[in-house]
Amino acid sequence: MEITFKILRFDPDKNKKPYYRKYTVKVEPGMTVLDGLNEIKWRQDGTLAYRRSCRSAICGSCAMTINGVNRLACNSQILALKRKTVVVEPLRRFPIIKDLIVDMDPFFEKMSIIKPYLITHSPAGLRERLQSPEERKLLDEPVTCILCGACTSSCPSYWYNKNYLGPASLFKAYRFVFDSRDEGTEERLRIISDRDGLWRCHSIFNCVEACPKSLNPTYAIAELKKKIVTTKL
Amino acid sequence: MIHHQHDIVIIGAGLAGLRAALETSRVADTALLTKVYPSRSHSGGAQGGIAASLANESDDNWELHMFDTVKGSDYLGDQDAIEILVKEAPATVIELEHMGVPFSRNANGTIAQRRFGGHSRPRACYASDYTGHVILHTLYEQGVKQGVEVYSEFYVVSLIMNKGNCCGVVALDILSGELHLFHSKAVMFATGGYGRAYKITSNAHANTGDGLSIVYRVDIPIEDMEFVQFHPTGLYKHGILVTEGARGEGGYLLNKDGERFMKNYAPEKMELAPRDLTSRAMQTEMNEGRGIEGKDYIHIDLRHLGAAKILERLPQIHELALNFVGVDCTKEPIPIQPTAHYSMGGIPTDNHGQVVIDKDNTPVKGLYAAGECACVSVHGGNRLGTNSLLEATLFGQRAGEAMAELVQREKEFTPLPENPAQPAEKEIATILENEGKESVAQIREELQVSMTDNCGIFRDEKKLKKELEIVKSLQERYKHIHIDDKGMRCNTDLMEALELGHLLDFAEVIVAGALNRTESRGSHYRIDYPKRDDENWLKHTLAYRTDKGPRFDYKKVVITRYQPTERKY
Repeated sequence: MEITFKILRFDPDKNKKPYYRKYTVKVEPGMTVLDGLNEIKWRQDGTLAYRRSCRSAICGSCAMTINGVNRLACNSQILALKRKTVVVEPLRRFPIIKDLIVDMDPFFEKMSIIKPYLITHSPAGLRERLQSPEERKLLDEPVTCILCGACTSSCPSYWYNKNYLGPASLFKAYRFVFDSRDEGTEERLRIISDRDGLWRCHSIFNCVEACPKSLNPTYAIAELKKKIVTTKL
Repeated sequence: MIHHQHDIVIIGAGLAGLRAALETSRVADTALLTKVYPSRSHSGGAQGGIAASLANESDDNWELHMFDTVKGSDYLGDQDAIEILVKEAPATVIELEHMGVPFSRNANGTIAQRRFGGHSRPRACYASDYTGHVILHTLYEQGVKQGVEVYSEFYVVSLIMNKGNCCGVVALDILSGELHLFHSKAVMFATGGYGRAYKITSNAHANTGDGLSIVYRVDIPIEDMEFVQFHPTGLYKHGILVTEGARGEGGYLLNKDGERFMKNYAPEKMELAPRDLTSRAMQTEMNEGRGIEGKDYIHIDLRHLGAAKILERLPQIHELALNFVGVDCTKEPIPIQPTAHYSMGGIPTDNHGQVVIDKDNTPVKGLYAAGECACVSVHGGNRLGTNSLLEATLFGQRAGEAMAELVQREKEFTPLPENPAQPAEKEIATILENEGKESVAQIREELQVSMTDNCGIFRDEKKLKKELEIVKSLQERYKHIHIDDKGMRCNTDLMEALELGHLLDFAEVIVAGALNRTESRGSHYRIDYPKRDDENWLKHTLAYRTDKGPRFDYKKVVITRYQPTERKY
């Protein structure tokens, strides 16, 4: 089946502004949007630039906007999109470097603000710190996050205020606040309750819709809000 | 050209590179270069676990782990290195836990451990089936905490040597297209594996084995390249990994008759036989017409585990099977086939990660390697599952310690040679200016398909000779490529061309090594020489680059505790 790929192209060295270019790809069942992009790059137009690596939804490189929704190109089946035309654009509101490649540095820099590492003060001892399966279960969702940026790029609060920490960073904060081994709750809660922190979240749920791993950052942010309200800072 | 000076340059930010950087950046100015972002490294693709004899589930100790690893390696692993690996494994895993790795837990709060192929005890410490991912992210987080200086999306093009000493690298800033020169006292390669030399592979697009050919091109040998591990369970047609943990949890391998055929190959271990043996068993079933629907795939059946256990222990497998082959594994078996997974061979190093260049283990000053791109050798002819995350972390740390010690001792930088960036500049200019007719994608496709057909699980002289000719002709055609993108910015067209150059260089070594080794051992199986031949081949291969193709020399296997015996499971 022939499918049209309509791809946003932009090379700031050559183009004044972004434009769309169409390519026709012969699609077999099982082909993903990433397979389609590869087909274009390898057989039709080598100048097309995009990120990809694992092609199994674990590295987070190929997050992009596909038919208006943020997803991973690698785990999006083309035929499941049920459209004759697939519109592919870079993650919205992230600065475009070239074509589908956006500047991810601000995203990763935000992550580092929330102290994204286990904070402990008590001595660790010679063996593992103990944690019950129930305590560990609280981390199932946040440790699955692949830092692809699909959520933050889909968040209207982030569109409005680029200083907002955004769902991915807050999800990471949740991962440590709710880790029974972590002893940095208060300092982390102080950071995320800052004016650019979690109160900017208005539970719009775009991040939930965008997450390619079916995770729920909005829930995590709500839990963090409760935690702040019930913790004496 | 932008010049940098750092005491230490580490290339690759997976488990080995990150762990090394945590060690060195405490005391030395360290630059960590990666062609992706650290959290995108393919260590994150590892699923099932990391080995350590913690004895949380049953009795266990390092000696049992050592024997399993030596036997698994088909006696080609160096036993002094393996002893270090298994003795330090528990401390390594405990340290990871203390750093924050969210391991799955037992009811008593200890780290949960599961069974894995070739291991006689349940010693795979896991985090459901996201083990590599969570360790990678934890090490990345520790890097953020420690302020490790990361150059993301920097692609190393060449190594700078001066009179046999290593003094830096030249790298391409992928986003801007500018070349950067890094002058350093020590360089470490942690660039991972080379699964992309094959059509069906569990590896990421990034796993093009660049580090191996970069050192090979400056006349440093590469070791045991003929030993390529095929993981038994890759998703059919995709090659995407289905963790061995799926069998560790009790999954069955079934042929078209619904028979658990492993009883005919490894009656004792069944599905938990080592990977080399299991992949050969599967391939035999398929070759003899017992693949599903007579085709080239087999089933892995998890249904009897129950949906609750599958979703708790193997959530990623559930998701991958659903998204890529449209199978709900709580209700149907998953179609799978063997997939190129891991390179046992690599850049030869001593037990401290320092690169060595001959059979006497003569070290190269300032050059280190660890993880999959290195060959210590702890895996010998066949790696046991869960030993690779352990090796990457542990030997990454050891290489880090050794480099930290070196740069504190050496006050001066080795001076740069004249025109240190010239080879890199020339390589890039040649590709950009080349107006040949050949396509990079076409040559790569032909390489991957022919390597899978002729240098895969079952090998023989005829196929290997044919493949050697194919690789040589592809190398010739590579001289006449043409790329579309002639710009600087994000030129991934150029990058793919550079990567193909590497694939072609080391693929020749894999094939020539496989042709040269006239025995069967571990993952290297020769139909025409089906027996292990300790008399002639209990030795490591060292391949040196010459203009006429690789020249081979050999290195003794270190045997300390366990003499080679017949390997049965």
